[in-house]
Amino acid sequence: MSSVIYERLRRNPKFDELVQKRGSFARTLAAIVLIIFYGFFMLIAFNPKMLGQPIAEGSMWAIGYTAEMVMFVFFWLLTLLYVRRANGEFDDLTAEIIKEAQKETK
Amino acid sequence: MIKRLTTALALLAFSGMAAAAGPALQGDIQIQPTNWHAIIMFMIFVTMTMGITYWAAGRTKSTADFYTAGGGITGFQNGLAIAGDYMSAATLLGLTAMTFSRGYDAYIYMMAFFAGWPIILFLMAERLRNLGRFTFSDITSYRLDPSVRTMAALSSLVVVVFYLIAQMVGAGQLIKLLFGLEYNVAIFAVGILMMVYVTVGGMVATTWVQIIKACLLLFGGTLTLILGFSQFGFSLTTLLEKATAVHKLGASLMAPGSLLSDPVTALSLGLGLMFGTAGLPHILMRFFTVGNAKEARKSVLYASGFVGFFFNVIFLLGLVAILLVGQNPEYFEGGDIKGALIGGGNMVAMHLAHAVGGNMLLGFLAAVAFATILAVVSGLALAGASAIAHDIYARVIRKGECTDKEEIKVSRMATIFLGIVAIILGIAFEKMNIAFMVGLAFGVAAAANFPVLILSMYWKGLTTRGALWGGYSGVTSAVLFVVFSKSVWVDVLHNAAPLFPYTQPALFAMPIAFLCAYVFSVTDSSARATREREAFEDQYVRAQTGFGASGASH
Repeated sequence: MSSVIYERLRRNPKFDELVQKRGSFARTLAAIVLIIFYGFFMLIAFNPKMLGQPIAEGSMWAIGYTAEMVMFVFFWLLTLLYVRRANGEFDDLTAEIIKEAQKETK
Repeated sequence: MIKRLTTALALLAFSGMAAAAGPALQGDIQIQPTNWHAIIMFMIFVTMTMGITYWAAGRTKSTADFYTAGGGITGFQNGLAIAGDYMSAATLLGLTAMTFSRGYDAYIYMMAFFAGWPIILFLMAERLRNLGRFTFSDITSYRLDPSVRTMAALSSLVVVVFYLIAQMVGAGQLIKLLFGLEYNVAIFAVGILMMVYVTVGGMVATTWVQIIKACLLLFGGTLTLILGFSQFGFSLTTLLEKATAVHKLGASLMAPGSLLSDPVTALSLGLGLMFGTAGLPHILMRFFTVGNAKEARKSVLYASGFVGFFFNVIFLLGLVAILLVGQNPEYFEGGDIKGALIGGGNMVAMHLAHAVGGNMLLGFLAAVAFATILAVVSGLALAGASAIAHDIYARVIRKGECTDKEEIKVSRMATIFLGIVAIILGIAFEKMNIAFMVGLAFGVAAAANFPVLILSMYWKGLTTRGALWGGYSGVTSAVLFVVFSKSVWVDVLHNAAPLFPYTQPALFAMPIAFLCAYVFSVTDSSARATREREAFEDQYVRAQTGFGASGASH
């Protein structure tokens, strides 16, 4: 079937470059989200009192609430970062790989 | 033929609903003389969406049109539609109510609901789009035996049914309050309207219903917040100060509370909501409605932006409601602010809309909430119908040898079947807290769908035997943990004590599924397993490059 062309895509050194670059970028971002998220849940589980404390003496803003608001914004910014790089740099590289594989056919 | 039949059904349902609303309204009209705002606005929504459904029917010819709108949805549209799918009635009503009664705990819930999105984007979005066609079972069974498809379809159905129950209960409560209709009549109305949208308009209609509803919901929620927040000079400090002063939790209103009091529950909830999102069939299905991986990524960017924004709006709405609803005897049974809220605990958002914007805003927000339920149940029904018709009927029973026409016909029948199931279960589960029910649906999605899906995309070693064991053990353990937990074993089945001490299944059911998938794959030395491992190479290249992925048909 199309196994031949998949084989050809696979052999292109740019394929390894794509997989390596995009993979490690995605894994890094995912690790950041997971560590912050589960770290936060561990705090909720083991030190809920601390999260209820105000961020500063006399402030109404609790540490947990403030930190979570920041997390909402930060996580979204990470998605923005990924989409920009994946839709630009990585997709250009993908297009090159496919083009080169198809050229070989002729 | 079917189209004409369902259009007739639509008209029948519509007039039947109006007729049923008539007498009940007259009876209630002294108590709630302004119900007409809501009814008129809801009727406008229904008329508009019926128009869209009629238009969509003309554009729904192939199975690709029916399940995925032909892949012709843009990233921005799909982002709105995903947000529409995700921001269910439980989000608006349940989470506002949870903030109102438990304060900060609700915000923790929201973070857990939200944090799944970046993970989906980084690890799954492009592979989903590159490998799938109509359902996520297309991916799990890409290089494995069709029996894996059956398993994935069955676990999809379990998730769909759990989620449907939550939506139907929300619908019944809302319409009971708003229209003065009997709970059961309301359930029937939602079920029937949903069947019309999906059977007639397929994914095109469902997507546009989602988009319109997402815009209305964002607008209505934000407007209510602006009106309510303005009474506190838009100062969060003032709002927090006043809310803490009057709330029964006092100073601990903004601290993690009883809901997540033990580490096991907190962790299990976090896992369940985060990976549950990545296992919801109606959400996964949305990734196939866009043309390519680029648009799929954009969908997540927009969707998570809208969802994150709206969660923050909802939390503030709940805080505002503590003061404007919680301190106003008008919204309590018998005028006692220590008693029960009129219409039940889930009606906080509605009362708040009335408090800040009068009957007009109440009518608008109620109509939006009703529209929300309709849109979400439609998405769910379509996901369920695709599991039955595409996976089980067309691929497994007919082995792919069936025409588009036949498959769509079965999809429509499946939708009607699911509608009837939703109505029956909606009535059976009337008294449950709806946000909690959604939490349970997520737990099952996390343990049943997510492990097999992620392994099939990432792990070369996964074989049919491993996938089947992983999937079935995930569904079974998640369902059993839920049934034996307090929420079903004690509250529904009226036993004295729960057999399973925790309310969230994910922490226990997910490792069971992963472990079974791993053990039964590595010990599988059959010839089929060897072939399946070899087939991973091609799948891997396609997942990475998108080469050979089904594109947009128009």
